[in-house]
Formats: sequence, C-alpha cells, structure tokens
Amino acid sequence: MTVTRQPFEAATPDDKLTYVGTSPPRIDGLDKVSGAARYVDDLDFGPDLLFAAVVETPHAHAIIKRIDTSRAEALPGVVKVVTGADFPFGFGLYMKDRYVFAQDRVRFVGEQVAAVVARDEGTAKRAVKLVDVEYEVLEPVFDPVFAASEDAPLLHPELKNYPHVPWFFPHNDTNIAHWRKTRKGDVEAAFAEADLVFEDTYTVPRYAHCAIEPHAVVSLYDRAGRLTMWSASQSPYTQRHVIAEALEPLGLTHQQIRVITPYVGGGFGGKAGVSMEIMGAALATAVQGHPVKLRFSREQEFYNTYQRQGLEARIKIGVTNDGTLTAIEHTMHWDAGAYVEYGANVVNAAGLSATGPYRVPNVKIDSLCIYTNLPPGGPYRGFGYSEFNFGLESHIDRIAHQLGMDPVEFRRKNAIVEGDTLSYGEKMNPSGLLECIDKVADAINWGTGEMSGDPNKVVGKGVALMWKAPAMPPNASSSSFLKFNEDGSINVTVSGMELGQGYLTVMAQIVGEVLAVPPEKIRVETPDTDRNPYEWQTVASHVTWGCGQAVEAAAIEAREKIFEVVHRVHGYEEDSLFLSKEAVRCTTDPDFELPLRDFVIAGIETADGSYRGGPIVGSGMFMPEFTSAKSDPETSQGGHPNVHYTVGAAGVVLEIDRQTGKMHVLRTALAVDAGKAINPDLVRGQIVGGLVQGLATVLYEDMRYDDNGRLLNPNFTDYKIPTSLDIPDEIIPIIVEVPQPDGPFGARGVGEHTMIPAAPMIANAVEDAVGVRIKSMPVTAEKVALSLWEGEN
Amino acid sequence: MKLPINVTVNGETWPLDVEPNEILLDVLRNRVGAKGAKIGCERGDCGTCTILLDGRSVRSCLMLAVEADGHEITTIEGIPDNGVLSALQDLFISHNSFQCGFCAPGIVLGAHELLRDNPNPSRYDVQHALAGNLCRCTGYEPIIDAVLEAAGEDRS
Repeated sequence: MTVTRQPFEAATPDDKLTYVGTSPPRIDGLDKVSGAARYVDDLDFGPDLLFAAVVETPHAHAIIKRIDTSRAEALPGVVKVVTGADFPFGFGLYMKDRYVFAQDRVRFVGEQVAAVVARDEGTAKRAVKLVDVEYEVLEPVFDPVFAASEDAPLLHPELKNYPHVPWFFPHNDTNIAHWRKTRKGDVEAAFAEADLVFEDTYTVPRYAHCAIEPHAVVSLYDRAGRLTMWSASQSPYTQRHVIAEALEPLGLTHQQIRVITPYVGGGFGGKAGVSMEIMGAALATAVQGHPVKLRFSREQEFYNTYQRQGLEARIKIGVTNDGTLTAIEHTMHWDAGAYVEYGANVVNAAGLSATGPYRVPNVKIDSLCIYTNLPPGGPYRGFGYSEFNFGLESHIDRIAHQLGMDPVEFRRKNAIVEGDTLSYGEKMNPSGLLECIDKVADAINWGTGEMSGDPNKVVGKGVALMWKAPAMPPNASSSSFLKFNEDGSINVTVSGMELGQGYLTVMAQIVGEVLAVPPEKIRVETPDTDRNPYEWQTVASHVTWGCGQAVEAAAIEAREKIFEVVHRVHGYEEDSLFLSKEAVRCTTDPDFELPLRDFVIAGIETADGSYRGGPIVGSGMFMPEFTSAKSDPETSQGGHPNVHYTVGAAGVVLEIDRQTGKMHVLRTALAVDAGKAINPDLVRGQIVGGLVQGLATVLYEDMRYDDNGRLLNPNFTDYKIPTSLDIPDEIIPIIVEVPQPDGPFGARGVGEHTMIPAAPMIANAVEDAVGVRIKSMPVTAEKVALSLWEGEN
Repeated sequence: MKLPINVTVNGETWPLDVEPNEILLDVLRNRVGAKGAKIGCERGDCGTCTILLDGRSVRSCLMLAVEADGHEITTIEGIPDNGVLSALQDLFISHNSFQCGFCAPGIVLGAHELLRDNPNPSRYDVQHALAGNLCRCTGYEPIIDAVLEAAGEDRS
C-alpha cells in the first residue's frame, strides 16, 4: 500500500511518539564494534575465486591503435585477458557515454583499456604490465572554459548519438554535454535598476570522496547463466538495471542478474550508480563458472571512480540600498571530466538551485556540463550545492559588507520562506531557515569580537547558509516488505543502503512506531535484489523521507491486517483497536490486551479450536507522484523537478596565525531543519561528520594534476583527509524541526546538507579576521599567508 | 621457497608456511580468517589493518608475515572476553561512535592499547593516540567521547 496523507497532523494524532524522536543506539552498532560486520572483500568464495587487474592508459587523450595481449596470456596463471573489443557496449546512468572498456579512444589518465583475470592477485598485476597498447596521442583539454569554446578539441564526436534522459540538453559537436538554463524575471532590467551590482569569479577544484573502504566487487556468472554480484554499492537496483541494459547483447536480463550488497564502508556518492562494477560484471561473463574479484587499490579509488567536479563560477548580484536582493546571474562552467553519465545530473541540480536559499525575483542561471580529459565527475555529498555554495555565500558576504549591512542581517532579510516562488516557478516548502540562522548566530556569539590569547593570532567569524533538494528522476521510488516472527519480532527488507548514516535504525524506528515494537526487536536487512524490494538509489539524502514513507506504509498495512483478524475473532470494531507495547488493545474495552507474539504467526484460536489469521506481512511503496522533469529547456519553467529543500545555516569562530596563515577552528555550529529528527543522535552524527568533511575541503584537501592530466596525489599521504587531531575544538549541532508535510512523521533528509556551508563560512571568517578574500578553494594556510604577505609588502 | 612460521592469533597457535614476501595482513585475512583487519590503503596511511602485536598496535599491511614468527597477535575478533564485549566496545555502541564501521576494528584496538597504557588520558591524548586511524564518517567526536567515558569508568 501507499500512505495517503495530506496534513502532517494525521500521522501523529496525539503527538505521543514512542520511538520516533528518540535516540536508540544504531541497530548495526554491535556488528561494527565486534568485527562481525562483513564487507565485500571479507566474503569467502572458495578455491576457484579468480582475481582481476586493470590495464590503464597513461594518456589523457589518445587513439588506441593496437592492443597485443599475447605476452600476458602466456603468463602461467593467467586465465583470460579481455579488451574493449570483447565488450563493445555503451552504458551510463543518465547518458550512455561510457564503455565497459575504452573502445577506439581513451579520455583520461587511468582509463581502463583491458583487464586480466588470473588465479591470484599477484599474477593478474604482473600480467597487466605485459599487455602492449599502442596509442596515437591527441591534444588533451583540461580547462572547462576553454573546453566549452569552439577552439577546443572535440572529446566526444558521438555526443549526438548518446541516449540520455529527456531533461538533458547536449550541444552537439561541442564539448557541452548538457546546459541547464534557468530564467525568471528580467535580470538585465533588474541590474539596471539596482543600487549595487557586484560581480566576481570563484573556482573550486576537484575532490575525492575517500570512503575508507575501496570499491570492490565479486561477480559470478554461473554455469546456469545467472550473474550474481556482491558489490560495495549505494545503488544495488540501479546497478542491476544499468548492467542489464549494458550487457543485454550477451543475453543477460534483469531476472538473470542478482546484486547483493553487504555492509558498505562509506559512500558519500562515490559508490552510487555504476563505475568499476561494470568491469566486474563483464569479466565474470568471460570466465563462466568462476567468481572473479576486482578490488580497487587506493590509487585507483582516487583516479578511476567518480570525483567531485571542478567548477568555475561567475556570479553577478544586484541589490537595492535597503539590502534587498533583486537579481542574480550565476554562470557555472563545470569540469565534468571524460564521461558525464552521472555528473551531468550534478550540473543539472546546481542549474536549478544556484540562487541558494534566497528570495530573488530575477534569475539567470547557466550551468554547463563540459567534457574534459580528467577522470569522470560524479556525485559527491552535496551534489553540486557544496560546489556552487562556496562562491555564492562568499559573494553574499561581500555584498553585505559593501552595503554596510551585517552579513547575518542581510541573509535574514533575503532568506527564502515558505510560499516564495523558486527560480523554476514552484513554491518553497515549509522551512525553518530563519530559526537556523538565529540559533547559529547565538551559538557563535555573532556580533561579539573575540581575541586570541596569542598576540600573533587573530580570531574571525563567518557564517553561511545552505539548501539542497534531492536530485531525483520524477519516478525515483522506494518499497518495503515486512514480516513478523514467532516471538513478535520483525524483519524488514528494503533496498536502501546502510552507508553509515544510520538508515537501518531509522527505518526500524518508523516501523516500531507504527507497530508498537521496540526498534531493537526489528531487523532491517541490507539489500539483495532477489529478495529485497525495489529502491532507486541511496543518494540525494532521500531515503529517510522516501523509503521512510514506503516502510511506514508497509507497517500500516500489517497493522490493518492485525486489526482485521482481531475484529473477526473478538468482534471489536477495527477503529477502536490500537497497538501499544507489543500488544493489541481496545479503546472500548480497557481490559483487552492481546500480545502480538501470541498470534502474528500462529493466528488466533476460536472457540471451536480452529484458527483465524496467519503470518502477518506488510508491503509498502512510495513514488513522488507530484514531481516532473518536463519544463521549458530555455527557462526551466513549467516543471516540478524537486520534491522539497532542506535548509540550514552554519557559523564558525576561526583563529588564524598571522605569520603562517595556519587556521584553527575554535568553534563551529550548524543548524539544519530536519523536519522531524527521527533519531536526533544520528542527525547530530551527520552534522558533526559532514561539517568535518566540509571543513577539510576548504582547509586542505584538493586533487592536484600535472600538465598531462595525471593525478599527483592519489593517496592519503599527499591527499590529506582529517585525522582525529584535525577537528574543531567545539562543534555545536543544532536540530530545527519545521515538519515536512509529506515526510514520515514530518522528516526530511539531512545527510549531505551538513557539508555544504563549510567552505564559504571559512572564507568569510578569513576575511573577517584578516581582511583577505580568498576566491579559490581550498582556502589554505599558504594562500592566507601569501595574501597577508602581499598586503604588507 | 616457503618459510614455516608460528604465530598466535587471538590465543590460538597457527603454524603456517608463508612466502618471504607475504604481507601479514593478507595472511591474517586469507589464511587465518581474521577478516576484522581491513585493507584500506596498503601503505600504512589509514590504519584499518591495525592489529596488536605483543600488545602494541602495528599496521599489518606494512609487516611481512615472517616478521610475526613467534609473536602474539590480537585482532578485533580477540577483544571480547568469552564472547562478552569489552566495556569500551559497549560504549562505542551507546555513543554511536561508528557510522560505516570500516575503521572500527582498527580504532577499537588502538583505543584498547591507549587505555591499557594510559588509563587516564586527556582529550588530546585520545586524539593523538588515534591520529593514525582515519575515519571519514564521524568527525571523530563520538569516538573520542566514548574512549574518555571508558577511561572515566575505569577510574571510578
């Protein structure tokens, strides 16, 4: 069934929630602290397990002239060597612009051109070096602005032939794979009338997800022709679908493919969609009957999975002297990399929402997805919003200063509120943005100067707002099955993925709330596409909201079956029955109490010794039926592309050493409007973890490439992610709850959002402290120190 | 040429024949079945392969199996006492200290070593002791809080 509910109040008639809104410990906690948790690489497959290794190109752009696999094939222990010629199949999530292995052309350093399957890992790696590939090197292009010009070499001459979703608008015979245009009002007229128009450019480099578990997949194409994959994935069903589409020429169908996803050691978007897994699937078909393991090294993890895309953003904003935002023009050139099958949707999402959470009557957004000869861009926590928010929230601060307005007051004045018209014509959902701003300002004592105890150090404060909507196809859906066990405990199956965010626990709490069963008695299983029902993907911070509704529906269906059988046996009207403390009770008979465990499997015995009922099961489904991606390609008006926005604010108290530029976060606060925090402790976990991840992108992380497109820092020695010594002295997580009308118990997603405001708030605090404006990420100590040095000399 | 070694893993003796260049982490995972030690970077950066060797935390990805000959190894599987979790493990659960959990085995081992050597650590001591174990999910706070609370309990 589906939940049909309009007003939020209907979900919680008496506002007496038992489990929702409480913080039971994670239901997967014991597995994880005891070492019981199994990840893909931990599974055993017996003595016939084979190992794969990938032949990668050293060139950023080249034609493949010839591949000679004979020397590799001659190495003892090698079972099979495959090349692009064996799998001439295109694939992709939103645009089919990739191949399992490169065909005639390679487009980034590290791209797969062939692979070896061998009896052991060492042999596979040795054989890789024996595959001879002859290239004709072509001119590469790395700068997205140049790549979008007519002078740039064309990376995908076949662009016009790539199948893609209807909301993409490729420009054929250019490197522009998609161009999202959003137009509202008349920006030119508004700029002419504005009291102040301010324009500048901001740049954001590429970033790596750095989940601690590298990608791994084990694939078995068995002798009956079934393909089973054990995959470290956020997206088992999408993986099955994309692989079934790609390998259809081999006779594989959805029914013949099974994707099993045990625990995943972190995703952050990097394990969404399909990246290296397509190789695993193809290789299995080449060695039928043997499971084959492909595990990426940490280096490969950096250069041949998705990366967060680089961005050059030109922002022009007009305001009136009273501090009213009147117009924004935001032009984003995205370095989307060699293949954009997923990344183009990041570009699309940003192109719809790059006003940030502000009320702006006149809007012109151009978001260009541009092919370059760097690794494929893709989803990363924040999905475009982290990227554009650096420039936008930096720019907002600077305009406030130019107007002589307090940056917090300026944001408050222009903050979007419920009912305001969005850039594409829809109305803003209920939002606690103002409350978030006020609570963050309080938490960092905004307006109060702070001094460092060290005379060489100064302290600055910065704030930034954020918003984000799930970027989903209009038919992205979720479903759930639920069954009772003899002891009254429950198993729930879903196909959202536990990435660490606590999704399984939250689903258990929702079911527990509806069925009056404590979450610790509810087991929620990780996905297996043969057994668990459909889920689109665990991305977009949508599973609490979307899958939560499917799970709630399954629990309500089970509850209706419970009441029906109790009614048949005991005669109570169904609407007089309710569940409490694992038992059925009745409003008209206070003495009636029937424990669930007494009948949810066995049924209820009647006077003649026969039984009624049977094993109680439930199913639920959810699809956001009110959304649509159809809109005018020149303006984006007319559709309903987003389900709702989650909003928030963050602030920081930053200490800077004037001599070295070294920065230290003394205090930071982030408030997010969760609608309803189903598990407040897990929401706080997202706030703290996301903030630290976001702070790293602004303070020290970035991917560095040489002039030939080779990544220089594909390891944790040279690409620094935070250690336990690199965290703020104090993090203040703040949960605001303005209910989302259609969310389960009013909830909306928060997972990605907590990363989004981190970068600009640091840039703003740097300017507050030392008067220097850094317009390119990361805002490193080196940049700050050099800027100070230049200012003083 | 294989070399015979004897290692004690979680109290059990394992006589093994290993290649001179075999990495201890691979031997533990593939021959002994101690899958709690994870492969994260294979170059000593991330700490997911942390084990205790004669009680000291080491990165098993940087050690040859032959070097472990005659030594006692503890992996995450050896931390519970007769199946009962340590007090610290219980606190890691109640604090929701881990999210994806991939770093957890290494951090659990490192934290046990810290509390054994320094029952009264400061917050900085905990941060310093765990600085070689990368976690991308949690921002470390709930991990540090649990270790400090465990130390507090030991003191009482």
